[in-house]
Amino acid sequence: MKKLSSAKLNEFFAAIAASKALYLPVDNKSGKAEYKKWEAGEEMSKALNTVRSAKDFFFPQTENLMEFKMDGKRVEVIDTRAEAEDFVIFGVRACDAASFKILDSVYLVDPVDSYYKTRREHGVVVTLACGKPAETCFCKVFGIDAADPAGDVTAWETDGAYMLRANTEKGEALLDSVGALLEEGDEAAVAAAQAKTREIIERLPLSSLSTEGLGVGKTAELFDRPEWKTLSEACLGCGTCTFVCPTCQCYDVRDFDTGNGIKRFRCWDSCMYSDFTLMAHGNSRNSQVERFRQRFMHKLVYYPDRNNGTFGCVGCGRCLSRCPISMNIVKVMKTMGGKNK
Amino acid sequence: MQEMMKKRAIELLANGTCDRVLGWTNGDFAYDQTPALFRTEQELEEGFVYNGFSAANLSKYLVKECRAGGKILVFLKPCDTYSFNQLVAEHRIKREMIYVIGVACDGKADVEKLKEQGIDGITAIKEEGDTYVVSTIYGDKTVKKEDVLAERCVNCKSRKHMVYDELIGEAGDVIADCGRFDMVEKLEAMTPDERYEFWRGVLSRCIRCNACRNVCPACTCEQCIFDNPKSGVAQKAAANSFEENMFHIIRAFHVAGRCTDCGECSRVCPENIPLHLLNRKFIKDVNTFYGTYQAGEDPAAKPPLGRYEKNDIEPGEAGGVKA
Repeated sequence: MKKLSSAKLNEFFAAIAASKALYLPVDNKSGKAEYKKWEAGEEMSKALNTVRSAKDFFFPQTENLMEFKMDGKRVEVIDTRAEAEDFVIFGVRACDAASFKILDSVYLVDPVDSYYKTRREHGVVVTLACGKPAETCFCKVFGIDAADPAGDVTAWETDGAYMLRANTEKGEALLDSVGALLEEGDEAAVAAAQAKTREIIERLPLSSLSTEGLGVGKTAELFDRPEWKTLSEACLGCGTCTFVCPTCQCYDVRDFDTGNGIKRFRCWDSCMYSDFTLMAHGNSRNSQVERFRQRFMHKLVYYPDRNNGTFGCVGCGRCLSRCPISMNIVKVMKTMGGKNK
Repeated sequence: MQEMMKKRAIELLANGTCDRVLGWTNGDFAYDQTPALFRTEQELEEGFVYNGFSAANLSKYLVKECRAGGKILVFLKPCDTYSFNQLVAEHRIKREMIYVIGVACDGKADVEKLKEQGIDGITAIKEEGDTYVVSTIYGDKTVKKEDVLAERCVNCKSRKHMVYDELIGEAGDVIADCGRFDMVEKLEAMTPDERYEFWRGVLSRCIRCNACRNVCPACTCEQCIFDNPKSGVAQKAAANSFEENMFHIIRAFHVAGRCTDCGECSRVCPENIPLHLLNRKFIKDVNTFYGTYQAGEDPAAKPPLGRYEKNDIEPGEAGGVKA
C-alpha cells in the first residue's frame, strides 16, 4: 500500500503523463464528466461517474479495421492499425472495472479480437473506490464491491490523501515509475473509507434488488412472458441505454466508399435499432418488443447461461439516469424476477 | 391535481368515452416516470402519477395508438398540445379517436439540476408549495422549484392549451416575452468561427443514440433515411466526425417550420447537447422572413415552408455569409 498526498495529485498526473498517455474524468462544458487526455491544468472531475463508460478505451464507438485499394482486378488489403501506445486510465469505478471482465469474456476468447486485445495489453487501469454512491447504483447486486474495485491499481480517497494498492505487475510498474512521489500507505485509513462506503451501499434503495428468477436456464420461462409488451410499450427504440452501457458489446461492420477505395470500419450497434442483425432474408426481430426483450434477456439470461451464472450487467446505473422514458434493467428485473416487485 | 386526473380518467373509462388512458407511471425514485397506457381502473389506481417530474410529451405515442384503433384518452401539458395539433395537421393522428384532457403545468423539474446542487441518493420527492422536499439516504433537502426547472421550462412559451376537450387545473396564457430566442441571438452575434467552434464543440459529444429523433413529435417518417441501410448514411456512427454534425443539421432542416419547440430533443439528450437551439434558430428565421408563425398553434394554418407566395423572400436576400 502506497500513499499520495492530495496536494501532489497534479504532480502525480504529470509524472505519469510524462511517459504514457493519461486519461481521467474531467467535467465538460455541460457540467458532465467525460474521460479526457490529461494536460497540465486539467482538474479531475468530482462526479461519481462519467456519462459514457470506460469501455470506450478498449472498445471504441468507431474504429477503422482495414482499407482496400483497387487497381484494375488487383485488390490491395491494407492493415491501417497504428502502433498502439501505452496508456493509463485513472479514476475508473468498480462497475466499469468489472465490465472489462465481461468484455474480455467476449473479445479475448477464440477467435481473439486482436484490435481489442492490443488495447487491453497497452492499457493500465487505475480504479477509484466510490465514496458517495448514488440511488441509481446497484453493483452490489452483482457481487461487485464499490469499496474495493479491481484494476491494475486500486485507489482510495481518504482525508488529504490517496491510498494506492498495486494489484498486478502492470500496476506495480506504474507505481514504481512514480515512486518518488509516494509514501508508505495507511491500511487503517483504507479500511475506514471502505467501511463508510459499504455502510452507505447497504442503505441504497436498489442494493436489495433480487436476481431470483433470472439467470441460468430461464430462457423458456421468461421468453414468452406477457409483461415484455407492457414494459416495452413506451420504449422509443433509441440506442441510449446500449451506448452508455459499459457491457453492451455488439458492433456492426460497414464499408465506407472513399471514391478510390474502401474503408472498412466497425461501430457500436444497438439491439434497439431496426436494422440490428439485418440479414439477406430480412430482420429477425421486427418489433420493438422483440428488440427490447433481446437486450434484457442477453444481460440477464443468455450471458449468464454461457458464463457460469455471471450476469451481463454491472449495476452502474447509467441506463437508469439516461433513458429518455426511464425504462431500465431494474424495472425489468423487478417485473420478471421473483422478488421485490 | 393527480387525484383529480385519475378520478376523471376512471370515469371516462367507465362511461366508454375511451378504452385506454395515456399517462405517466411512477418508477423507483419519484422522478423516473415512464409514459404508460392504462386499460383498467385498477391499473390507474396503482400506477397513475402526475407531478413536477411528469415531463415526457405524450403526443407522439398517439401515432402508434391511433393505428391500434379504439378511443384514447391523453393528458397533455400546454406545450404538448402544440405537438398534438401539428400531428393532426400532418395527418399523423386522428383527432376523433382521441379525447384530450389539458392539464395545467407550472414547469417541470429536471433531476439533473437537483444533482448539480449536490443532491444524491434520492429516495423520494414531495411537492410542498413552491418547493420540493427531497429525501435522500444522506438526509432531507428542500429546493425551490424555480431553481431546478428544466431548461425548456425556463423559457416557457405558453401555459395555454391549444387544444383540449376538457381542462383540469387553471389555464394560463401565451408568454410572448419568454426570452426563448436570447441564446439564438447570442449565437448570431458570434463570428462564424466562434459559432462553428460552439457547434462542433457541443455536437462532438453526440453518441448517435438517436434519442432526439425518436422522441421528436415532428420526426414521424415511416423509415428515417438514417435507418435505411441502402441510403449510404449510417445511423450508428460515424465514418467521420462530420457525419454526427450532418445528422443534426439535416434533422433540423427537416423539422423546420414544423417544430413546435417542445424541447423534448434537449430533454432526452444523454450528453446535454442544446439541440433546441438549432430548432429555435429556424423558428426565429421563419418568423423574420415569413411573418410570425407558431407551429401547432392552429392546425388549419398554412405552414410557411409549405406554401408559395409571389413576394416570398428570394435566396440571397436573407443575408448571411457568402461561401
